[in-house]
Amino acid sequence: MLQSTVHADMIELTYRDAVREAIREALRRDKRVFLMGEDVGRYGGCYAVSKGLLAEFGPERIRDTPLSESGFTGAGIGAAMAGMRPIVELMTVNFSLLALDQILNTAATVRHMSGNQFGVPLVIRMATGAGRQLAAQHSHSLEGWYAHIPGVKVLAPATLEDARGMLWTALQDPDPVLIFENVMLYNMTGRIAVNSGPINIDKAAIRRAGRDISLITYGGSLWKTLEAATALAAENIEAEVIDLRSLRPLDDATIITSVSKTRRAVIIDEGWRSGSLAAEVSTRLVEQAFWELDAPIGRVCSEEVPIPYPRHLENAAIPQASKIIAAAKAALGRA
Amino acid sequence: MVEFRMPSLGADMEAGTLVEWLVKPGDHVKHGDIVAVVETQKGAIEIEIFMNGEVRQLLVGVDKKVPVGTPLAIVRTADEIKAGVVAPVVLAGPTIQPQVTPTIIQPLVSGPAPTLPLRSAEPPSGARRIRISPAARHLAQKRGVDLAAIRGTGPDDTIIYADVERSLVGVAAPAERKHAVGIDLDAMRNAIAAAMARSKREIPHYYLEHHIDVTKTEEWLARTNAVRPPENRLLISSLATKAVALAARRFPAFNGFYRNGKYEPANVIHVGVAIAIRGGGLAAPAIHDTDMLSLDQLMLQMRELVQRVRAGRIRSSEIADPTITVSSLGERGVDALYGVIYPPQVAIVGFGKIVKRPWAIDASVIPRSVITITLSADHRVSDGHAGALFLAEIGKLLQEPDQL
Repeated sequence: MLQSTVHADMIELTYRDAVREAIREALRRDKRVFLMGEDVGRYGGCYAVSKGLLAEFGPERIRDTPLSESGFTGAGIGAAMAGMRPIVELMTVNFSLLALDQILNTAATVRHMSGNQFGVPLVIRMATGAGRQLAAQHSHSLEGWYAHIPGVKVLAPATLEDARGMLWTALQDPDPVLIFENVMLYNMTGRIAVNSGPINIDKAAIRRAGRDISLITYGGSLWKTLEAATALAAENIEAEVIDLRSLRPLDDATIITSVSKTRRAVIIDEGWRSGSLAAEVSTRLVEQAFWELDAPIGRVCSEEVPIPYPRHLENAAIPQASKIIAAAKAALGRA
Repeated sequence: MVEFRMPSLGADMEAGTLVEWLVKPGDHVKHGDIVAVVETQKGAIEIEIFMNGEVRQLLVGVDKKVPVGTPLAIVRTADEIKAGVVAPVVLAGPTIQPQVTPTIIQPLVSGPAPTLPLRSAEPPSGARRIRISPAARHLAQKRGVDLAAIRGTGPDDTIIYADVERSLVGVAAPAERKHAVGIDLDAMRNAIAAAMARSKREIPHYYLEHHIDVTKTEEWLARTNAVRPPENRLLISSLATKAVALAARRFPAFNGFYRNGKYEPANVIHVGVAIAIRGGGLAAPAIHDTDMLSLDQLMLQMRELVQRVRAGRIRSSEIADPTITVSSLGERGVDALYGVIYPPQVAIVGFGKIVKRPWAIDASVIPRSVITITLSADHRVSDGHAGALFLAEIGKLLQEPDQL
């Protein structure tokens, strides 16, 4: 499902493997790097991302923590300020709210408040999104909230290459970087080049070129959007699919260029509609490309309910290809 | 009611293509208003109207080529309006419906686009408002498209970008070209070829040249310009043009037209100024009543004229009216140039560039700034003796710049 332009040996692996390889590479390349979080050691991570790393790197560098997000995120911030390059894993974005004070009031502000004397070169990884029947306390998509905060960068790797390549680049950043891994992607299988490596973290990517409408999305919704684009193509609607990749900062240029070409846009965002990242993207389009538009900007977001537990309700609550197709057709007057 | 007709914009013009109406029925016009743009071999020319009144009806559609003298519009004169004449217009020929009248009202490409009146897009009371997407509205405004004439194919019959684009096919493409370039250089070359060949075929030219010491003129110019901002400075070409205009007053044999086997001296002096056009080509539009203008007024008009000609916008009266022509190649020119008379005119005066030359004054030779003035004149109208006096007069005037 993924094409790489690199003419090298290809290997088949899962998104989970790609994240693990990225962590392993970072641990090997830089002695200052260590992984810390709930169940990342002996249990191998709740999504099995860090499986085997404790045996390979030892308890100094693969650290199980108490169930205290605020505590170990704060420890990560302190370590980063003191010269280490910690990777903190938060089990899900829902639990990250317990560490929100550390992230927002400390990590994002220290450089500003210390007059540039201290920085926090910290990477925080966390799982996000619905679809695994984990109910309302484990399934939300709050990355849009984090994208609101100046002082942090927010990434959403949706492909194997990005899962493999974004971590190292994030670790080189002098400021906090938050990486959101959609839970539905961990089992995704694909082939990537053996020598896949670090990759830029500030550009959106066009995953499919098209002339009729821009479908702007990120993370787990990317694959549903590509599925919708394929279905639309069968009805002679050529959709351009943009993967934002970085939610903060947003790559305005890529979005504006695309919509200036297609003149229509639908934004697909698993967050709730009100005050969503989709709302921010939409506003930027209106601010910067109003005179290019041929139709009102559409949004496909999650229904404004706590994510339900039953499978059929959970699926109905979040963006699906059928909703994306309907929104695209509405923008084109082909409903 | 009076017919407004396709004017003749030069002896060699037989027909013109109406490319743009700048008025519509109901508009009030006054003497000198620019009402239309006509494409001729000389480029896009703005057509002025020489009456006061109200446009009743447009008779010729955009992109129609019609012979000189064809009625273009019906105008109700100011007197008729005063007298209450309201007779209906009954005339043969196609009638242009108001809704296909283009609403382009901008004379130049630069500057903010005009706000297009969307009268017909506004709903009659109770009707649903026509939806127009921002992209469609933007394109229509940029290209001067009347949205009222377009059918929308978007959601709820919204007019979208593609609808406006479709309406431009085959219509606006040529208009766009004219606006962008303004001048069809090939057509202009053909027009120059025809006029110059006719001149050399019909007009027995004679040529004179005269060297003038303009050292004092240059000094006067330097003194005058020293206290002026760059945009108000005078160029020697304005002095030369004014000198020719004043000399032409005293020597009417060089200011007028040779037509139908006889000379008709003009009772006004409209000096045509030769202006080179980038990419090749030449136009010599008139500066009206050149002899009556102060140097400052003349300089201002010359600057404006050069700009307009290079943008491809010449007015009809400027093309048809010159009574004598001046050609000056300026600093980048040569010592002397002999012009070819533009028929039916009877003279052209050429100015070379100013050069430092050894110049004998009394018994000594000293370096002076010298300009060579030439005259090409029509031997059917004047003789070398008169031409010599005319040239000498120009030279004398040029040496007293404060009297110009």
